Amino acid sequence: MTQQTENVPVRTAARGSDPPTEKPPRENSRWASRASAAVYPAVFLALLLATWFVVTGAGMVQPYIIPSPADTWSAFVDHPEYLWSHTLVTTGETVAGFVIAAVVGVLVAVLMVYSPALEKTFYPLILFAQVIPKIAIAPLFVVWLGFGASPKILVAVLMAFFPVVISGISGLRSVDPELLELTSTMGASRIRTFWKVRFPAALPELLSGLKVAATLAVTGAVVGEFVGANSGLGYVILQANGNVDTAMLFAALIIMSALGVLLFAVIQVAENLLIPWHASRRNRG
Amino acid sequence: MTAFARRSRPAPTRAATPALGAGEPMVGIHGVDVTFRSKGRTVEALSGIDLSVAPGEFLSIAGPSGCGKSTLLRVIAGLTGVSAGEVTLRGTEVRGPRRDVGFVFQRAALLDWRNARDNILFQAEMRGLPRAWSRDRAAELIEMTGLSGFETAMPFELSGGMQQRVSLCRALLHEPDILLMDEPFGALDALTRENMNVELRRIWEATEMTVVLVTHSVAEAVYLASRAVVMGPRPGRVIEEFAVDIPGHRAYEPTLESAEFQRVSAGIRELLGAGAAGD
Repeated sequence: MTQQTENVPVRTAARGSDPPTEKPPRENSRWASRASAAVYPAVFLALLLATWFVVTGAGMVQPYIIPSPADTWSAFVDHPEYLWSHTLVTTGETVAGFVIAAVVGVLVAVLMVYSPALEKTFYPLILFAQVIPKIAIAPLFVVWLGFGASPKILVAVLMAFFPVVISGISGLRSVDPELLELTSTMGASRIRTFWKVRFPAALPELLSGLKVAATLAVTGAVVGEFVGANSGLGYVILQANGNVDTAMLFAALIIMSALGVLLFAVIQVAENLLIPWHASRRNRG
Repeated sequence: MTAFARRSRPAPTRAATPALGAGEPMVGIHGVDVTFRSKGRTVEALSGIDLSVAPGEFLSIAGPSGCGKSTLLRVIAGLTGVSAGEVTLRGTEVRGPRRDVGFVFQRAALLDWRNARDNILFQAEMRGLPRAWSRDRAAELIEMTGLSGFETAMPFELSGGMQQRVSLCRALLHEPDILLMDEPFGALDALTRENMNVELRRIWEATEMTVVLVTHSVAEAVYLASRAVVMGPRPGRVIEEFAVDIPGHRAYEPTLESAEFQRVSAGIRELLGAGAAGD
């Protein structure tokens, strides 16, 4: 018979384990607190609307300076197809610009983090492209690319690109150096280390950058439309301005803001799905 | 038979490396110097280190801050290169980061987006170990380190002590012959630290593993080790070695009250100077 000492690890009862932290409450009351958080901006918005009603209703300002809420509403109701078609144009340009900026921006950030030579070469150029006032170079794009969607998309890309690159670089650099040393003792390839460690670690900062980029993409598309377009919300604003149709101008402005907020919200949802573990997500409510 | 060796199949990593010859040290350090250059100054982090670690030995390295003890540990793992001398690990020269070690840092260094179990399995994924084998092994380690019930907890839901247990499981997953620990319990409170010491000792007693532990704490160094090395700063060098002759199982309080523990602790404290030990 061989010796069979069953060496089951003995759980030392007295000093077995340190007290574990309590798991925080997960779902309960989260929706309730979210609803209550929505009350504040809702009340503020209502007050703003009320002021708008009072100021315009009392005849304190001329309608061509600030249209009444009713006039603005009828701009929406009277020209739904007109506004809808131009909104679609701007939305298309914005989304195209944002997606291109996000993809190219992340790629550039990755290349720069892995190659100091590339970073030294391109960083000044990217900074230069960022500090040029976009409104000033937009006419040049019209000369180069004509009156189609491409110059607008290009302006949107230029606007949105910078925050993506900056947040991508800083996110990829934020990874714990000890974690990288640990992976080097695991014999893992650089590609595997990138996907399993570096990229997930960069996501919180990258998503912050994408949120900024989304709002800037809207601005970029409209700036592109200002300098030469026959469609899009920028074009609607210029037309309304020429016709002193302030109600239509207001309607276009409201749609534009809604577009920016919508894109922002989409990325917010992506954040909730992708990085529920991050401090910025879990400490809410 | 030990708790570690109960499985039917051998560890997938172990077969890939040659077995250690009889009498060969697990770690051999011969005349090692490490010099760092920063801002035109050269810093001698390690100077003339000669040290060997026998298979199955528990070696503690104690010393004040800046004595190069962490650097020495990194040299063994191949995370820091040597300026002179030679380092061998399991019979082969260390030339770069070594795969055949388990490494534990002072901070748990967990992946924030993975739960406890998946953090432990990270080791297996990066090494491409068989999935079923790894899951069994992780379950075994989770039970052994008292993490049961916390498998799906995220790192932010765990206390510092629990996080460090996860880190320890991750370092042990691939069944390394040698575990390298760099002040693993330095960030924990005193009581948690004692608990972790007791558990680490129990795990070591149950295996044939070699452990090299770097620590600030004299009590930790002596309680855990079969041999304790004291290092001194500027340049980092080995000042003295103590064999800790307390055979068999070491219950915590009796060990701390034993004459041998007192003798070695006093010897180390004297070398480090009053208050320099940091505990």
